[in-house]
Amino acid sequence: MIHPIPPGTRDVLPDEMRELRRLQRALVDVFEDRGYGEVATPAIEYDEVMAVGDGRSARSYRFFDESGELLALRSDMTVPIARLVATRFPPSEAPHRLCYLGSTYRAVLPQRGQMRELVQVGVELIGASPAEGTVEVIEVLEAALDAAGLGRAVIGLGDADLYRQLLEELGVEGEAKESVLASLATHDLVGIEEKLSEAGIAAEQVQTSVALTQLRGGSEVLEQARGLGGAAVERATARLSETYEALERRGVADRVQIDLGLLRDLGYYSGAIVEVYDPALGHVLGGGGRYDGLMKHFGVDLSAAGFGLYLERLHLAQMEESRRKGEAR
Amino acid sequence: MSGFAGAEARADGPLKLAVPRGALLGETLDLLDAAGVDTAELRGDSRSLIFETSGMTLVTMRPSDVPTYVESGAADVGITGKDVLLEQVDRLVYELLDLGFGRCRMVLAARTGADRLGEAQRRLGMMRIATKYPRIAERYFESTGRQVELIEVKGSVELAPLVGLGDGIVDLVATGRTLEENELEVREEIVECTARFVANRVAHKLRAAEIDELTAKFREASA
Repeated sequence: MIHPIPPGTRDVLPDEMRELRRLQRALVDVFEDRGYGEVATPAIEYDEVMAVGDGRSARSYRFFDESGELLALRSDMTVPIARLVATRFPPSEAPHRLCYLGSTYRAVLPQRGQMRELVQVGVELIGASPAEGTVEVIEVLEAALDAAGLGRAVIGLGDADLYRQLLEELGVEGEAKESVLASLATHDLVGIEEKLSEAGIAAEQVQTSVALTQLRGGSEVLEQARGLGGAAVERATARLSETYEALERRGVADRVQIDLGLLRDLGYYSGAIVEVYDPALGHVLGGGGRYDGLMKHFGVDLSAAGFGLYLERLHLAQMEESRRKGEAR
Repeated sequence: MSGFAGAEARADGPLKLAVPRGALLGETLDLLDAAGVDTAELRGDSRSLIFETSGMTLVTMRPSDVPTYVESGAADVGITGKDVLLEQVDRLVYELLDLGFGRCRMVLAARTGADRLGEAQRRLGMMRIATKYPRIAERYFESTGRQVELIEVKGSVELAPLVGLGDGIVDLVATGRTLEENELEVREEIVECTARFVANRVAHKLRAAEIDELTAKFREASA
């Protein structure tokens, strides 16, 4: 008898489960060793809590409970943990170091091989000073990638405020600004060019803005970016270079790629943002960054940073990497 | 500088470029030639789908498959039409460059002279439109505040209004000859489409130098 399950969900059988558990344990051990205690939050939250992060994204599952309350399946782990910290920990005890492993849910487009249920694993560091916090989180991320056996993985480091500020500087506002940011998020360079030109930006400025999105590499790209000029660029490169130098001092900058074209799709990020790639996989393994404004929505003014990785994608990359090593032998 | 130079050494094998077969093939090969990529083998009558050349792997496929291969990373970069990207707008690929060739228009067309579209709109409050591009058509009519019933067809869409399947069509037009021969005329222009150079998100980061170099060559060749 065949009893189907909804598309985008899946069963896990013992062989895979054994490997997933091993991977989970290795990661959570790395986090615990560094003082990040594991927490769990409910899969169902009040919609107004989740909306703080995703702005009522069309991609989250919502429903009414028996007393008419609007609930949402969590689409993300950072927002529930921000809520938890604000509710359960006195701000005076900051910084709070927490890690998690849990399923998140988002609506998918049919026939695309996308998952509705994704296991995320990661850390949140809430209440540490911004500069040190960012560096610590990236350090933990590197240790996690090593524990997963992904020695070739690369961490992209960018700045979430760069384009918002750059567009303000250029005088692109309102709908036009949102529209350019949307093109940036999908990296539609042709679209960015068209939209900036439509907004009345001079051709030279348009070219500079597009060129900026293509700058990625080592510390030399910060120099190249400064060469492109502007106050917003100056501020962003100063922030990035501070973080990068701190990473260099701790000897963990080797696999960090500075990327001025990076933009996360979640609205709550500010300042440093990261994304994780492995050459064996065509999809992003995860990401994170600073979310200094998010805690304020829960009534606590604490700076914060964190990252989340997709467990199944890590597992897939791990398999591809070990296959590759096998072939090379 | 510490470290990131190592990224090039990390990449696996030659860069894979998805090459569109069909209408865009000729100019794509000309562009590759201009960029110094040898396409002689591909121009031959080989039935192969994969060609190793000039330090690159060329993978040939239908234009509409290019976003799928590039999104998954099965190809690092690719060339396809903007019409394909607009129709598959949810595919996460980076659109790096407008290559300028393969220029055509996405249009709303109906039978020459007849006013089936207007009549349907007036008397039924709704037009029936046959198309191979249901998502582009849906967005267009939604954005212009009109209600339509979209009928998706796979083959020659010009046929549909001639035999009464729908009041009009949304289709891609290059010269307009096919429309003319089928007694159809352009009523509204939706968007102009050209060939685009796209990249996989991860490849764009991890093979930055190679992809930037190729982009620069393409930019120069298509200018």
